[in-house]
Amino acid sequence: MCTVRCPIRVEVEDNEVKWIEGNPYLLGGSLCARGGAGVALLNDCERPQSPMIRSGPRGSGKWEQVSWEKAIQYVAEKLEKIIARYGARSVVVSTRGGPWQDLFKAFTFALGSPNYTNHDSACGRNVHHASLSVYGLGRKGFDLDIRNTEHLVLFGRNILSSLGVAEVNQVMDMLDRGGRLTYVDVRQTLTGIKAHRFWLVRPGTDYALLLGIINEVLRQGAYDKEFVDRYTEGFEELAAFVEPYTAEWAARECGIRPAEIKKFVEEIATQRPRVIFHRGWMLARYRDSFYASRAIHILNVLMGNIEIPGGQIIAKGAADCGVQPPRSFTSRVKKPEEKRADGVGWKYRHFDAGVGLFHLFYEAMLTEDPYPIKALICYRHDPLTCFPDPEAQKEALERCELLVAIDTHYSEFAWWSDVILPESTYLERETPVALKKGAKPYLFLRQRAVEPRFNTRANWEIVSMLAERLGLTDFFPFRRIEEIWEWQLEPTGYRTEDFQEKGFIPLTDHPILYPRDQLEGKFKTPSGKIEFVSRKLESLDIPSFKAYQSPSRPPKGRYRLVFGRAPVHTHGHTINNPLLNELMPENTLWINQREAQKLGIEEGDLVDVIAETVKFTVKAHVTEFIHPEAVYTVHGFGREVPYQSRSYKVGLSDQKLMEGLLQHMDPVGGGLCLCEKFVTIRRSPQNPKRRVEL
Amino acid sequence: MNLRRYTLYHNARRCIGCHACEIHCKVNKNLPVGPILCEISCQPLKRVKNIPKTEFLFRSCYHCDDPLCVAACPTGAMKKREDGIVFVDETRCVGCMLCAGACPWHIPQYNPATGKAIKCDLCKDRIDRGLKPACVSKCTTKALELVELRPWGESPG
Repeated sequence: MCTVRCPIRVEVEDNEVKWIEGNPYLLGGSLCARGGAGVALLNDCERPQSPMIRSGPRGSGKWEQVSWEKAIQYVAEKLEKIIARYGARSVVVSTRGGPWQDLFKAFTFALGSPNYTNHDSACGRNVHHASLSVYGLGRKGFDLDIRNTEHLVLFGRNILSSLGVAEVNQVMDMLDRGGRLTYVDVRQTLTGIKAHRFWLVRPGTDYALLLGIINEVLRQGAYDKEFVDRYTEGFEELAAFVEPYTAEWAARECGIRPAEIKKFVEEIATQRPRVIFHRGWMLARYRDSFYASRAIHILNVLMGNIEIPGGQIIAKGAADCGVQPPRSFTSRVKKPEEKRADGVGWKYRHFDAGVGLFHLFYEAMLTEDPYPIKALICYRHDPLTCFPDPEAQKEALERCELLVAIDTHYSEFAWWSDVILPESTYLERETPVALKKGAKPYLFLRQRAVEPRFNTRANWEIVSMLAERLGLTDFFPFRRIEEIWEWQLEPTGYRTEDFQEKGFIPLTDHPILYPRDQLEGKFKTPSGKIEFVSRKLESLDIPSFKAYQSPSRPPKGRYRLVFGRAPVHTHGHTINNPLLNELMPENTLWINQREAQKLGIEEGDLVDVIAETVKFTVKAHVTEFIHPEAVYTVHGFGREVPYQSRSYKVGLSDQKLMEGLLQHMDPVGGGLCLCEKFVTIRRSPQNPKRRVEL
Repeated sequence: MNLRRYTLYHNARRCIGCHACEIHCKVNKNLPVGPILCEISCQPLKRVKNIPKTEFLFRSCYHCDDPLCVAACPTGAMKKREDGIVFVDETRCVGCMLCAGACPWHIPQYNPATGKAIKCDLCKDRIDRGLKPACVSKCTTKALELVELRPWGESPG
């Protein structure tokens, strides 16, 4: 249902889902609204019901419903033609990140293309790259033990709205236990109302605040000297760099009271090492988000919170539990040696070449440099909703001869594509075995709860059909899910039946922590230490620290467009769910009270939100609890798929307003700068106070 | 008079306003768009010690000791069980909605799918099976609890 993928238990009667709850062992039955509304997705007719091939121009909505044989035949023939003419490297496959990307990654490599990618440059790439540069471990390299921490500090991480059930309960348990919460954002949120300290900062100044905090931490000596001496490198450089960035300066820059930062640091000085600066999830926001993210990682290291209860625990894998990991599909194929079309790994050597950066493929499509890109297959990934400026994206997509969407719902990309291969919903499909790394690693899989309502297939079935037709059976010889599970599980020593008891297979019964005095070798940086000064970045002439640059202020009458999440929707793909749509059918535009007054806007008035060529009209929410420079909306609305009658053209689409931002990337972090758009706001002329008709 | 034996306790400190209870209730009762039998709401944000704050409220049927809806029902469809649960007997309900008018909070709602009234019955079928109501079982943060009431001095069990 949503990409948090909380583990669930489903009760079924006569092929009807009667009850969905959180896994009793992992979540105690708890589930959020989105998880609960899965039944409505299952029974919704407004999702693709059979394979479809476009019969009119792209986006015209003219479709021919076809059989699976015909759809697979069509895709395979097109792929073969493209590969014959432009080579296998001209095919790009993108998926939503997560535990099952292995399947499609392997498929891409089996085709002979190195160009596997995902959505992450509009999400967590900055955090990931920053984490790699500091720890040598990626974004998911740590488990945060929030439950046992003394103080959780969140920088715009609206943890209670971007809801993962387990994580939210950790936060609430921490608060119940008397833990402290500090929340920093450009507006008040569901999370901020639970906080003990709330800083409303000027948009784009997170980095300044972080530098000010580091400065103050060093000035007060409020850091773990022993840990820093033993496991880090570059402390002197860090100290010298942050010297000019005093707490007073930072407070002025962010618009908070100077005494607040000092008081905050005095407080965490008594609580460390059990202080967590949450590393954030989606940080594709500003031009300095990568460096802001590095500063967050550095603060955690200064707290000395690594590998302790109530801190950041290095994620453990199967080997740490004395178990062989399950087999992966990528082990069956050889990664093509061809260089990637997005330039990652050769042109951009500081980026992780595992998934590269999706938006850079658009450049390759347009320029045919380094080589032409002619086919794009998106599995559960909707670039037109995920990335800015869909019109610019469509221009690049024009150069592709084949666009294939594999999804459970009509994504905007699916609507624009040539072929839709409808995937069964998570209640109607199995998935291969995956390993959940963490302090307590476990194996999990998804079982089919009910038979598909419509003519849809599971992801592995779709790959199986494509592999057979394309002659790739060496890579994917499997016909039944049981064969896949058995093959994957063989080295682990577990069997499929072992999932029966709990729905997952725990590999340990207690959290695994490395001894804190034996962390040598656990950090995969070039030096083997935590690197305040990154050897990798420096070797590529990229500075480890970046001087702070104040973000520009919006011109008069314009505002910085920021976006976020609501707890009842996940990105763009739940907006049309009948149950969730009833709770939240449209989004609004938050605007600061004083600014609204200047513009003559009152609560509930219709306002026009205008970029260069795009305009939306939505209701205003007037509040004093948003920074005057910013306007805010919930992402995912303003959809334009006519088959989705509930969400069609309802509300405001932030990414459609982000004209010109498609290649606006943090050059060091690789994340897009999605909060760098100024929009014009005015009271809509459509605000009739009088009624002329009878 | 059948005194109520159960009540729903809502821990506002733990509630995050995620509205999951509303969905779990609707899914369990298989309700169409329209009726929502429990509801999360909040007051607008207000500054408390310089932090904008609000608390979430949870409301469903109060299962009154002396329910006006039961008295108002012309067909005897609105009933009160021995354990105090007030519920709609669908076989008798004609959908006249006098119950909603009689209730000070207009708790009973019209279910367009059945043409009858519907309201929270504390998932009595689940309670009878020793389970908790849907909203309680699946509350995201375990902010909702089913509490058993007993007269002063009476020992539990």
